[in-house]
This record gives sequence, structure tokens and C-alpha cells, in this order.
Amino acid sequence: MKFYFFLFLMFLTSIELDAQKLFSKTAQISFFSSTPIEDIEAISNTANTVWDVESGKMQWAVLIKSFEFEKALMQEHFNENYMESSSFPKATFKGALVNPSQLNLDKNGNYEVDLKGKLTIHGETQDIQCKALFVVEGKRVNASSSLVVLVEDFGIEIPSIVRENIAKEITINVKVDYAILD
Amino acid sequence: MQSWINHIRILFLFLLSIISTHTMIAQEDEEDLLALLDQEEVIDYTIATFKTNRIINLHSTENTSKGVLDIKISHRFGFISGGLYELFGIDQASIRIGGDYGVTDRFMIGAGRSSFEKTYDGFLKYKILKQSTGSKTMPLSASFFASTAVKTINFQNPDRENYLSSRFYYTFQLLLARKFSESLSIQLTPGVVHRNLVKTIEESNDVYHIGFGGRMKLNKRTSINLEYIYVLPNQLNPGYVNSLSVGFDIETGGHVFQLHFTNSTSMIEKGFITESIGQWEKGQIHFGFNVSRVFTLKKRH
Repeated sequence: MKFYFFLFLMFLTSIELDAQKLFSKTAQISFFSSTPIEDIEAISNTANTVWDVESGKMQWAVLIKSFEFEKALMQEHFNENYMESSSFPKATFKGALVNPSQLNLDKNGNYEVDLKGKLTIHGETQDIQCKALFVVEGKRVNASSSLVVLVEDFGIEIPSIVRENIAKEITINVKVDYAILD
Repeated sequence: MQSWINHIRILFLFLLSIISTHTMIAQEDEEDLLALLDQEEVIDYTIATFKTNRIINLHSTENTSKGVLDIKISHRFGFISGGLYELFGIDQASIRIGGDYGVTDRFMIGAGRSSFEKTYDGFLKYKILKQSTGSKTMPLSASFFASTAVKTINFQNPDRENYLSSRFYYTFQLLLARKFSESLSIQLTPGVVHRNLVKTIEESNDVYHIGFGGRMKLNKRTSINLEYIYVLPNQLNPGYVNSLSVGFDIETGGHVFQLHFTNSTSMIEKGFITESIGQWEKGQIHFGFNVSRVFTLKKRH
């Protein structure tokens, strides 16, 4: 009978290990375009993400319509003319930490790690690589990252008349406060 | 012997359950980690049913957003039938200068002055329903529209007793629109124009009408618009016709340019609904345009 109990324990721990996943539904994604004529900024606070700690795999999704702009008309044009959000409602990232063992969630500290994966915006997928900063503080795990993408890489057309207003390089900032996924 | 078999059986079941849990989790990893989250469906509001808050002359269900001022300058030149002598109407121009302002995202107000009969107008528009899909499905957008116009041109017969009230006109409309696809939007606009004073006893003070409007996008930034206003029979004197307009919208950043051909001279409801006289088949058509420039007075965050 002891043998079965042992087996049962093993079974439980194996679930526990596999279920080490962190998530957030309120991650913040913002982007920024800067030209001498105008600065454009938009923020979404409803990005979803799940991170499998053991394997280092990580996925993200954000609704294009959830981005809020300072100017209502910019938001409309962003959805209608540039991102075509009715055809491509989400932007996603599927990737992983290059070296997941770098990170120890049981030890407080700042960890700078490399991330690699596929970023899909406007129906176009690009391989990207960037650095992310993970901050472990007791039970809390925060992460942030920043990357620069080219508008033309994602098949987004900018008409000549507003070419001076919209930057060719867009900075994307990501911030997340993780919770444990049951 | 029997107990051995039982032991093996239980052991086998345990192993099986462990393996199956493992493979299940492994599969989830491969497929979609995000599927582990319960996805709450959000309301997906339809945006940009029309490029701006006018189809051509008629108001559309689009509102000026909260804190945004939209300055509109509209022109209607003379009848094209004037020919080369009048440079196809360019010699004469009727103008309306106005401003629209979004009090909230659903409620907007506006005012303007038309050179035609020196008329001032003011309006308010409230969005009752927003077309949406997702967790709440709404097949169409609807707005309530009300406007007042006051004619300030000198009285035609200054010798008789004239009342201020005779200068006033009121319009009430229900705007019902649906964006059928990315390119096609259609609007139905039933309404009534009330005129405090009419010229003859045969004319109705209340003019019931139904407007039909539509837009077809040619590409992301241009569209063809069409507008027809049917006035129910026996309300207007002979000689007055239904308003028919064809337009072309061009959007560039903060501007919308609307170019059109219309048989209506006036750019306000009481005018283009009840006082249109141009006959398309005789070339009594005005070339005209609306230019809209948007200023964000209050930023959102």
C-alpha cells in the first residue's frame, strides 16, 4: 500500500511541475511613433499572456481595437486604414525564453533574459528577438520589454500625404504583472 | 493469484493516467497556451460606418467624438446648366460655415450659418444604438437628430404684420444605419420638417420624408456616396422636387473632402428637403463640396 501512496505522490508532483504557468489578462502594451511633426502613442491594458515557466514558452495576444489613442480620429484611422482590425483583429507573439534556466523564481532579483519568437501583426509574421527584464520579488513576478519594429515589415501601408507624420520605426513597450495560473 | 492481478491492474491504471496527463499537457504546450485562459468575449463595436458625420447633405449616424471640434465649410455653386457663360455655375456660390462639437461620444451639437436667405441653424444629435458584434449583437446604429433653423433675411412684405415665429423651421429625424461590409453602408432616415409659416394654404406645415443614403468604399480612403430624399406626396407645391445627390469622399489624416453633385441649393435640412428645385434631367445640378477639419480640443488621456 505504501508503494501506491508513493506512486500517488509522484503523480501529484508531476502535475504540480507541469502546471507551473504564469499568466495575465491585463498586461500593458503601448507603442510610440515619433516624428518632428507629431508624436503618436497608444496603449492597451487588456493584453493576454501565458508563460510556461519550465519550458520558457510564452504566448501573447492583444485586440487591435483595445488600443486607445489621445485623438479619437487617430484611433479610427488606426483601425480602419492601417491595421484593418476587422480583418486582423489580434496581434500575437508566440515564442520562448532562449535560456529558461537563467531565471529562478524562488530567488528575488532582476533577471535580464533573451526572448525569441514570432510576432504577428496585420496578418504578417516576423521572427523577432529582444531582451526582457524579469523582476522577482517574493511571490510577485513582473516583466517588461521593449522592441523596435518596422511598419513596412508588417505590410502596413502609409500613404504619402501622412508619411511625414508617422514614423517608419515604431517602439513597442510591454509591461506585465504575472499571476499563477491554476 | 487474484490479488496479483488486482495489483497489476491498479498499477496499470495509474501509469496510464500519468502518461495521459503528461501527453495532454504536452499537447497544450504545442498548440495554444492562451487557450488555458478563459476568454471573455468583448463587445466589438462597428466603427466608421461613414467617413464623416454627413453622407452628403443628410446627417449620418457618425458622431464627432468627445472633445473634438469639427469645422465644416460647405459650398454649392450655381447650376451646371448655366453653361460656359456662368462657368458651369462657378460664378455663383452659396456657402455654409459651421462647427460641430462632441459633448460626449454619443451626444454632439453644432451650429452654422448659410448665406442662402441668411439662415442660422443649430442641431443636436444623440446616438441611441451602436452596431456591434461579439458578446452583444446589435444589427444597426441609430441616432436621433433635431435641428432648428432661423431665416434672418429681411421680410418680403415689410408693410404687413410680420412675426418672428414665422422665421423658424424645425426638423426631427431618426437615423438608422448599418455597415453591411467593410465597403458598403446604408442609412434610412425617416423624419419630419416643421415650417411655422408656408407660402400658400396648399402647402403642409409638416413635411414627412424618408431619406436613403449609402456609401461604397473604393479603397481605404475614398468612397462614392449616394443620397435620395423622398418627400411623401401632396405636401409641397408643384415645382419642388426630391433631393438627389451623388458624392465622392476623400479622407486625408484630419481632413475629409466631400465633392458632390446635387439638385439642392441649401445645405440644411429644411432647405434641401423642402425647397429643392433643380431637375437633374435639365442639368440643374450644383457642383459642391464639404471640407471638414477636425481639431482635438480635449485629449482622451
